[in-house]
Amino acid sequence: MPVRENVVIRTVSRLAVPFIQVFALYVIVHGASGAGGGFQGGVVFAASFVLMVIAFGLGSVRKRIDNRGFMICSVLGIFAYAGIGFLCLLFAGNYLEYGAIEAALGIPHLHGLLIDVVEAGIGINVMAVMTSIIYDIAEQRGKSL
Amino acid sequence: MMLVHLPVFLVTIPIVASLLILAAGWHDRRFCHPIALATVLFQFGAAVVLLFGVMRGGPIHYHVGGWAPPLGIELVIDSFNGFILIVILLLSAAAVVYAKRSVEKEIPADKTVSFYVLFQLLITGLVGMTITGDIFNLYVFLEISSISAYTLISAARRPHSYVASFNYLVLGSIAAGFILLGIGNLYVATGSLNMRELAVMLPASYELATVHSAFLFLMIGFSIKAAVFPLHLWLPDAYAESPSVVTVLISTVMAKVSVYALFRILFTVFTTAYILDSFPVTGIVLFIAAVAIIAGAVLAIGQDDLKRLLAYSSVSQIGYIMFALGVANQIALEGGLLHILGHAVMKGCLFMVAGLIIYRMGTSRLSELKGVAKTMPVSCAAFALAGASMIGIPPTIGFMSKYYLVLGAFEAGHYLYAAVLLVGSLLAAVYIWKFIEVAYFGHPHGEEHGHAAGGGRNDRGKREAPLSMLAPVVTLALLCLILGMGVEVLMENVIGPAVTLLLGGA
Amino acid sequence: MIEAFFELFLARYNYWMAIILMLIGLYALIAKHNLVKKIIGLNIFQTAIFLFYISFGDVEGGTAPIYLPEGIDALYVNPLPHVLILTAIVVGVSTTAVALALITRIYEEYGVIDEDELKELVRGRR
Repeated sequence: MPVRENVVIRTVSRLAVPFIQVFALYVIVHGASGAGGGFQGGVVFAASFVLMVIAFGLGSVRKRIDNRGFMICSVLGIFAYAGIGFLCLLFAGNYLEYGAIEAALGIPHLHGLLIDVVEAGIGINVMAVMTSIIYDIAEQRGKSL
Repeated sequence: MMLVHLPVFLVTIPIVASLLILAAGWHDRRFCHPIALATVLFQFGAAVVLLFGVMRGGPIHYHVGGWAPPLGIELVIDSFNGFILIVILLLSAAAVVYAKRSVEKEIPADKTVSFYVLFQLLITGLVGMTITGDIFNLYVFLEISSISAYTLISAARRPHSYVASFNYLVLGSIAAGFILLGIGNLYVATGSLNMRELAVMLPASYELATVHSAFLFLMIGFSIKAAVFPLHLWLPDAYAESPSVVTVLISTVMAKVSVYALFRILFTVFTTAYILDSFPVTGIVLFIAAVAIIAGAVLAIGQDDLKRLLAYSSVSQIGYIMFALGVANQIALEGGLLHILGHAVMKGCLFMVAGLIIYRMGTSRLSELKGVAKTMPVSCAAFALAGASMIGIPPTIGFMSKYYLVLGAFEAGHYLYAAVLLVGSLLAAVYIWKFIEVAYFGHPHGEEHGHAAGGGRNDRGKREAPLSMLAPVVTLALLCLILGMGVEVLMENVIGPAVTLLLGGA
Repeated sequence: MIEAFFELFLARYNYWMAIILMLIGLYALIAKHNLVKKIIGLNIFQTAIFLFYISFGDVEGGTAPIYLPEGIDALYVNPLPHVLILTAIVVGVSTTAVALALITRIYEEYGVIDEDELKELVRGRR
């Protein structure tokens, strides 16, 4: 259900979406050492999808990535998070004790990398969940109105 | 070696499992139930191991991420929440067993997967609330469980359930907002979020208005969540409109965990010194509890719908637990904790029977259930047994907990309030009898479900519910009896130490 | 008198703002009949709480609590309330999403989003 054939909206969003997504990735990666993080980045990323839904309609966006894709994304995201957590247990640390892995492997600044993996997991998960919420609400609207 | 990490497994494995349900369920719906069952059984096993660990070696502390308390989040299991953990996981396990057939019947097939995911998350959130030692973490888990609950209530796609769920959502969010404000005030007053630290640091500022307002916000917030009498308005609709198995879970497990959180905040964070001397609330709590006991029971008597009747009965029974809080001496609190266990078991059983009746008869209106005992003898017998416990007929667990409560009230000199307990029991007898009368002495009218015939179990006219639903019902009904008779063991080993802990000893 | 007024209101204006916002939110939550407006009220209520947290975590003249290279000192604001509120915002978003989904369902089912009309319809159908 595209809103209306509007060249300005379509062109601007076509231009804006890549920048929004790159910014989202920046926010996610910046999470370990500064302001930013998985949730914020994920929301920004989801915002790009929302923009696409508004500009191009639910149908054409859904062709690219559907609920199944989001399901896989959210599962992978949480598994990345939990997997790092459990990995720490194997290196005799507590849950999510990144320092344990760093100490065991002797690689400096490894914990920052691990935090990045966790943040990326959160980001993917948040992006997937947020967008699927939008899909769901937009779809019901389409049916009832 | 992995045993050390058991506390964190209690929360993380179910979350992973819920995602696994999502992934596996997308492939094939039949995977959902086995995964959920395996997870909840694992949790129950872990809880038992942990409780024995606590009984032998004292409280277990787990620092997530290896960060010690002032900085990090701590999971704590002591004799009090170890006991609660067992209660909620026992009921959750029963509910998951019960869920299989109930979900097949009540939930639309394409929603089965999300139902189990949310079910798992609800249990996880409640377990997390129970074992966390960090007050903000408590809020987060509270919201995880609440949001799952809002969604689960409307999972059966019945029109009214949307409205019920929406009302619960609004009230629940206000409650959560109050709790968040209370936590913020506590943080302002002390600069800590760890419960143990708060207990140490708070006494210095017991006279501050910040602490008083924090206390009131937390108290009111958790009272809404636990549906303490004047704040119970969301409860009857939410209980009556949700799918049977969700009713079982939220009426037993969720209500109990909210009460647990209230106890935890009042006794561990604020300690008895505060609630008795600095900011005496026990008198008010006692009065409200007494009103709740009577009002809940009276409202229950006026209901025609079985689930609604049981929902109002929950309001009354929560009053009993709050009563213990109001009396706040050793014996009454022992009675209160015993009632948390007892009420979970018997109300779980009663709501399960209500679910069975809906499963078979398609209605829970009392006026349409005349003579249902002839059709479903085992379920109705279980109802009678759990109902006897609700009334407080010895030797059931319901009798034991009320007995301790009355003793506690006597010891504190509240004779009038002790009388209220007895009146509450009498009123419980009335509303339980309402169903018993209809089920056993009512004559079915008009078109027949099963002709009246006595005797043999395999009678043609009998249409018992499937075994996988009946088994947890019967187990819980028998537990009412067994726990009542084994109450001494329970008191000595589990509840006694828990109450000592609450009152600030050892 | 004026000093007392200053002490009570102006020096703590952040808390007063939070309280006022909170009351506006609660008012909308209770008095509005439109379900969507109720949810907007809920959001205002939650935002007021966020404001309360953020404002008590603030340190006058403090900067964002970002990791700086060694040797550089800076006065930080308290980062903990920010982190807590981030969590609370996540919760708020989820609650709002669930609420809106419920409202769309209610609308599909009953065709109204007005509380009073809804009550009538619910009573009628029971």
